[in-house]
Amino acid sequence: MATAVAARGSRRHRLRYVAERRSVLATLLISPAVLFITALVGIPLALAVYLAFTNARAGSLTGKWVGLANFRTAWNDPIFRGSLWHTAEMTFISQAVVVVCAGLIAHALVHRFHGRWFLRFLILLPWAAPISLTVIGFLWFYDPQASIWNWFLIKLHLVSPLNKPNWLGTPHAAMASIITVQAWRTIPFATVIFLAGISSIPQEVNDASAIDGATGLKKFWYVSLPLQLPIALVAVLFGIIFTATDMVVPYILTNGGPFNSTQMITTWAFTTGINSGNIGEGAAISLFLLPVLAFVAVGMLVFARKAEVT
Amino acid sequence: MTLRRNLFSYGVAIPFAIVLAFPFVWMFVTSLKPEAQVYDPTKVWNFDPTLASYGFLFHHTDYVRWLENSAFVGVLVVLITLVIALPAGYALARLSGRVGRSMGVGIFLTYLVPPTLLFLPLSRVVAQYLHLSDRLWALVVVYPSFTVPFAIWLLMGFFKTIPQELEDAALVDGCTRLGSLVRIVFPISIPGILTVVIFTFSLVINEFVYAITFISSSANRTLPVGVPTDLIRGDLFNWPGIMGAILIPSIPLALIYNAFLNRFIAGFTGGAFR
Repeated sequence: MATAVAARGSRRHRLRYVAERRSVLATLLISPAVLFITALVGIPLALAVYLAFTNARAGSLTGKWVGLANFRTAWNDPIFRGSLWHTAEMTFISQAVVVVCAGLIAHALVHRFHGRWFLRFLILLPWAAPISLTVIGFLWFYDPQASIWNWFLIKLHLVSPLNKPNWLGTPHAAMASIITVQAWRTIPFATVIFLAGISSIPQEVNDASAIDGATGLKKFWYVSLPLQLPIALVAVLFGIIFTATDMVVPYILTNGGPFNSTQMITTWAFTTGINSGNIGEGAAISLFLLPVLAFVAVGMLVFARKAEVT
Repeated sequence: MTLRRNLFSYGVAIPFAIVLAFPFVWMFVTSLKPEAQVYDPTKVWNFDPTLASYGFLFHHTDYVRWLENSAFVGVLVVLITLVIALPAGYALARLSGRVGRSMGVGIFLTYLVPPTLLFLPLSRVVAQYLHLSDRLWALVVVYPSFTVPFAIWLLMGFFKTIPQELEDAALVDGCTRLGSLVRIVFPISIPGILTVVIFTFSLVINEFVYAITFISSSANRTLPVGVPTDLIRGDLFNWPGIMGAILIPSIPLALIYNAFLNRFIAGFTGGAFR
């Protein structure tokens, strides 16, 4: 009806009614966002892919086309191959821990009880605090001389004071420390997502299971768990993408050391691209994050819809 | 049954809360130690508390400058994000049907593209084409690239919880679509918008990769980069000062997160949570 009126009205009126049409208004409202995202995400992504095939160095956005040379160099470099493995190790172990812990905590926090607000505040701290700062806090936590963690271990007689472990200076211990910090900072976020999932189960389901006699562990296994699976998977996918593509934790804690034993794809790309100025190679290395991104994107497409997240 | 449930809640929540929050307790304790006693093994828990480190932080470092820089970038980025994301979030939640759903998913996916993938080409773009090297404006321009998708996604969820009937009533009463958006929908979604503001701001405060790539001089750094790069000079770590620097933004942020958590969850699940 609005368009009928417009057809009869003057030109000025017609213009006003154009914005009434759903398609026009929708396009108007969405286009700034689409333009912005294309400019700041799409184009740099394409640029990153392009740079990976050139020998660009710091100070320029172009270089000679070198085909797959950067990829070949990277693949022949044992440090790079190590970084692939380390990234996978860090991601999967930390996220396995996160899923279990977050699931437990979410179930504990779902119902009201005295002190829930305060406990929730404490549990949220690792996620709320700026990540680069908390990682520095862990530099001190794991300090070779004054580590409070070693202090505890010594008090519990698990470690001798003469043989204090150097959590950031020994290859496997450093990896364990990074995995711990990644799990520590992700658990609150995963808990929140789990909480969202649990809360979205309608009360009717709970009532029905109570009527049918399903309680406690039985109810959890046959009723709650299947219903929460989609959002649990969303939490895992978020965790994977944020951990695998994270640079802050390994960069500040160990900067890839000791002896490149904790070098990740992200830190190695940063070192190669920015510190050594080898932009082409750095871009090639960072492109190895794309399979992770694709995997997570597909997973999200499948499960986020089921979990009503998008 | 409630007793068993409460026992479970306390039995799980308390140990985890202790484990997750303990590093902050230790940070707080360290921040109160005089520098000379930090490495003293006899004075781990019984030391002479002092606020000297906080004084050092505020008077002898660029810490306040970094706080200001982060606040400056944060406020501007939040404004830009709202201007772009509010209309888009509304349009995607209401007006677009199937095309809209795919676009919504597409925008959600761009949030997953990591800065560690884009920082190299963006560093060159910022330096060569925008000439914004070492300027905070570089961050103001680049940060919306990840805050906008995140905000659109959250806002989509919030707008879906607002019943269509409200807008239809406004339309029947003679309001234009744009008018109903501005006069009916936005005022009701203020809690949701506030939540988006808070989490967007925290995304800005957390960002490290772009900040360390684009900004090089100490006075122009933002908070998450200034502390690791400038408070740690070679081998000299002023641990009490550093710990204080960490706690000052963290505690308020955690308090605010906790206060807005239920709304965040509501936006996240798009109204499935009631």
